[in-house]
Amino acid sequence: MSAKNATSVVTILKNDTLNTKQKLRLIKLRMEHFFLGFNDRKGFLLKFVIYTLLLGIGFVYLYPILYMFVTSMKSLNDLLDTAINWIPSSVYMTNYKQAYEVLNVRPALLGSLQIALFPTILQVMIASLVGYGFSRFDFPLKKFWFGLMIFSFIVPPQITMMPTYRLFSDLGLTGSILAFIIPAGLGQGLNSTIFILIFYQFFKQTPKSLYEAAEVDGASQFTNFFKIAIPMAVPAFIVSFLFSFVWYWNETYLTSLYLTSSSTDITTILLQLQSFSQNYETLYPATEAGPNKINEGIKMAGTMVSILPLLITYFFLQRYFVESVDNTGITGE
Amino acid sequence: MKLKRETIYGYLFILPWLVGFLVLVLYPMIQSFYYSLNNMRITPLGLKFIYVGFNNYRDVWLQDMFFITELFSFGVDTLIRIPVIVVFALVIAMLLNQDVKFKGLFRTIFFLPVIVASGPVINQLVDQGATAIPMLDQDVIMSILTSFLPNFFAEVVGNLFNQIITILWYSGVQILLFLASLQKIDPNLYEAAKIDGGSSWECFWKITLPTIKPIILINLVYTLISLANSGQNPIIDLIYANMFNATRGYGFASAMAWMYAVIIALMLLIIFLVFREKKSTRA
Repeated sequence: MSAKNATSVVTILKNDTLNTKQKLRLIKLRMEHFFLGFNDRKGFLLKFVIYTLLLGIGFVYLYPILYMFVTSMKSLNDLLDTAINWIPSSVYMTNYKQAYEVLNVRPALLGSLQIALFPTILQVMIASLVGYGFSRFDFPLKKFWFGLMIFSFIVPPQITMMPTYRLFSDLGLTGSILAFIIPAGLGQGLNSTIFILIFYQFFKQTPKSLYEAAEVDGASQFTNFFKIAIPMAVPAFIVSFLFSFVWYWNETYLTSLYLTSSSTDITTILLQLQSFSQNYETLYPATEAGPNKINEGIKMAGTMVSILPLLITYFFLQRYFVESVDNTGITGE
Repeated sequence: MKLKRETIYGYLFILPWLVGFLVLVLYPMIQSFYYSLNNMRITPLGLKFIYVGFNNYRDVWLQDMFFITELFSFGVDTLIRIPVIVVFALVIAMLLNQDVKFKGLFRTIFFLPVIVASGPVINQLVDQGATAIPMLDQDVIMSILTSFLPNFFAEVVGNLFNQIITILWYSGVQILLFLASLQKIDPNLYEAAKIDGGSSWECFWKITLPTIKPIILINLVYTLISLANSGQNPIIDLIYANMFNATRGYGFASAMAWMYAVIIALMLLIIFLVFREKKSTRA
């Protein structure tokens, strides 16, 4: 655009039929159009502001992750050297090696995966059922139950936490993955309300006549659900699955309540990160010489390792996350 | 006949949730209320309940050294953070709603925190000071703020700058919700307004804002709930600590959780009252 503008400025200057005053006026107009825009086209200035803002805010968003990444690569000397800010003097991987051991990565990853995957599968299945029930059928007290469902999202989990914890420990469920699976199977998993609402919105958008036609052809309600509703709701399933997975993966309050307060082998990567410093000290006890003291580099390496699985998943599936809200019509009327 | 069949199927489909609600929400709520009225002692014979009426509630306010201060700082913090997050999310959503290049890339970046921001990760980052913008000099900001604000308030605002990245990191979902609703506004509306001589500024106040008002409400509520339940919240830690505290136990912790819930409910109520749809003007 600027090149085109420049050439047009040159042609104006070369045009002999115009006098200097006219030329100046035309050039001024061109410049105004270029900088301030006209009609629908945005001016250069506005564009400049928009991109500057986006880049600036984008940097602020990425800053902690960049910082984490860079710090995790620094050796102790680099950390102490104030001249080294963004580029470590060498690629130093020992931090990662130590963090890998401290985090107990293999069992922790397995635990995280278990705790994220199985409740998620159940949660999404149940949410689709319940969402379908609320959107398709009219039954007495429907509004009442629907209101209570939204209400249950607002109730602080701390209120129900203690009795539920007692109930689960009486039933011997604490310390096992069942403490997560059972609530998920009863539509009370993490943020269940949101998933039910996603499915509710989604199923409401599908035309009722479709189901009625199938009913005329002798389909039962369950065939309707499995053969019509589910295949149409694939985007909603993907979104719910991804979000639920991420939320379960990142959950630490419930996991520390159910898993650390009772003896169990299951651990998650974030629980390991939570007790990173203690674990480090037991694994690398500080000696008289004291070279083993924990430093920021190692901590950041640990944090990096713990978010890496999600980061990788996100870069492959980010399209589904980011476009999800449009697809499912969460914001619909 | 038809109606009855629908009733059966309706309840059949929502049955899992219904059972879950009764067993895992309603019943624990009642129980927790009962706990809060009792002093619970762990004896060799199991839990022993001693009815104390509303003493626990009184003790939460009078005996606990931390509850009131933490609650107060949480309240002030939240009241500042919510508008910052929501306004910021709206600004980003409007920027992204323009015709910009690399829109997908920017959306990916702005949504990234939703994926990686979990309690321990944020704690680690805050510990390392990775959540403050390094170019902003804290001391300078503080000295400017204290020069024209009361000391207490300046501290709160200074704290805001100190934590700015974590605060912004909470706005991923809100950005998406705003973006989705902005994209649903009919572009013809803007065109018509422009033809009638409306400036972009006027368009924003007269078209954009009224259309996305319901989403603003949703975002405010979502932000409040996510802040209230986040692991960074010291009150939640306090409740957790009291739960396993030998002298206090479940009863005291329950009372505290209920008081906390009431405060959150009041905040929600304020948001609703301020942002409710005024039916009379719409009709």
